[in-house]
Amino acid sequence: MAHSPRRLRSPTTEAPLARYALMTTAFLFLALFLLLPLAAVFIEAFRKGSGEFFAAFGDPDTLAAIRLTLLVAVIAVPLNLVFGVAAAWAIAKFEFKGKAFLTTLIDLPFSVSPVISGLVYVLLFGAGSVLGPWLKSYGIEILFAVPGIVLATIFVTFPFVARELIPLMQEQGTGDEEAALSLGASGWQTFWYVTLPNIKWGLLYGVLLCNARAMGEFGAVSVVSGHIRGLTNTMPLHVEILYNEYNFVAAFAVASLLAALALVTLVVKTALELHYGAEIAAGRKH
Amino acid sequence: MDVSVKNIRKEFDRYPALNDVSLDIRSGELIALLGPSGSGKTTLLRLIAGLETPTRGSIFFGAEDASHRTVQERHVGFVFQHYALFRHMTVADNIAFGLTVRPRGQRPPKTEIRRRVADLLEMVQLSGLEKRYPNQLSGGQRQRVALARAMAIEPKVLLLDEPFGALDAKVRKELRRWLREFHDRTGHTTVFVTHDQEEALELADRVVVMSQGAIEQVGSSDDVYDRPNSPFVFSFIGDSAHVPVSVADNTVRFQGEPIGVAPRANDMASGTGTLFFRPQDVALVGDPAAPALEGRVATSRRLAGTRIADLDIGKPGEPHHVEIEVPLDALAATGTTIRFRPTRWKLFAE
Repeated sequence: MAHSPRRLRSPTTEAPLARYALMTTAFLFLALFLLLPLAAVFIEAFRKGSGEFFAAFGDPDTLAAIRLTLLVAVIAVPLNLVFGVAAAWAIAKFEFKGKAFLTTLIDLPFSVSPVISGLVYVLLFGAGSVLGPWLKSYGIEILFAVPGIVLATIFVTFPFVARELIPLMQEQGTGDEEAALSLGASGWQTFWYVTLPNIKWGLLYGVLLCNARAMGEFGAVSVVSGHIRGLTNTMPLHVEILYNEYNFVAAFAVASLLAALALVTLVVKTALELHYGAEIAAGRKH
Repeated sequence: MDVSVKNIRKEFDRYPALNDVSLDIRSGELIALLGPSGSGKTTLLRLIAGLETPTRGSIFFGAEDASHRTVQERHVGFVFQHYALFRHMTVADNIAFGLTVRPRGQRPPKTEIRRRVADLLEMVQLSGLEKRYPNQLSGGQRQRVALARAMAIEPKVLLLDEPFGALDAKVRKELRRWLREFHDRTGHTTVFVTHDQEEALELADRVVVMSQGAIEQVGSSDDVYDRPNSPFVFSFIGDSAHVPVSVADNTVRFQGEPIGVAPRANDMASGTGTLFFRPQDVALVGDPAAPALEGRVATSRRLAGTRIADLDIGKPGEPHHVEIEVPLDALAATGTTIRFRPTRWKLFAE
């Protein structure tokens, strides 16, 4: 007896037509809104050949922007790494009053517009504030200088590591740490030999996302930067300036660098998920 | 090493998990903390280990007050319910952990550590599995690795939290016997927590029965089974039946009728109370005029070599059910009347 394949279809799967329609829609959507613009960035960057492309990176202002972006990431990412681990540790392994409040606070930068995040620092350190003029009298510039950019970046990126680690550490509980302590390990040894290895892949994943955002942040940084060429322009801000000056090749050349960073992040992230999916928290929110 | 728990109280968010608990554990003893969940048995174990701090009271290790010692200083071997093996370390590294984290001056040399690990693996019968990771082991093997890891620091006291809880029935029985032999061979003072009475009665020298944050009874298996000192212990350990009774004129009555049982010298002389007995400790009464408990068989079921009858012994309108064992040849069809008397029983005043 020959059954037609149609009859063997599992009762819970959709009809082939519906499946293909859904898949095509998804792929078309991705192609239109993600791949096409990404390709456009690279095409635009190389429109006048690779000579022009590389010449864009000879510009001292561009180099300064790249240096500043790296500097900001080098400061913001480790700080958020330490903060994220500390916050996740506190939330996942201790019981204390105000825990729910802290958890909500950590999510704040995700829910607030980056422009607001920037404006907060203008209010705190601006000419009309209490702190700004006082610090200025000691020769410390926050606003329209590197410290302001670093602060705004830290603010915007601080949920990434903590958010990644909290569900992971909650799931792992305190059993391993208690075992280590009962075997005579000190608190530091317990963290270093037991806790850290248990969370390393989740941590790496969080740092990766944190770094991508730290280098790519535009809104908050734009408000506090002051856009001083060669001094307070990060790569995203520099792209905007070049673009507004109709210097398309240079603008897209710098943009392609940021896009490449995003692609590398994506590849490493996928590789991590593939190999250590179980060790990276399951119920992620971003 | 003797361990003494003195008047310990432990509160979690003002709710007392343990209330004025005292217990003396003798050196080399194998003790079971037995109780239903929420009785405070695991809390007591964790307090002894130093994983919790008491709200009040103190814990002595030998003559020394260990109450303010940290978990590291107490030097106890703790085996966790879910083993808490370090998943990124091999079996050998797991067992060696307690030695490798010692300060440089007290740390044995590498070759010595390796030898100790090999010895411990042999002791728990897992030689050859040094290089495995915890997720490559069966539940029973993980359990034994956890035990070897705890033993590596040569603890004064061995504490086990539900050591067989996560294992299947067959492995559980094997490991139970094995732990008893292990204990007899090493002679450690050992305390383990369990909610399984069979496990506690079979394994332990003394059983500590706990309920609602307090110790109900401490004694050998025979003590807690044959001479329970409270209604809780009587009903928690083994099968039991209980009957509300009144006592007067040297006679025990159920719903006003004498049941053929007289209170003993140290029982209550009058008042109301509860009569407890085991289903097997009854004798059928043939003489219809003799005082006895009388019941109608509601259901009966065959259980291996005996028959269990569920009797309604109450008057009409006041039903009260007890389960008793009846001989296989007794008439126990649903609806028949059975008269019996408890032969071994215990009377608790209200």
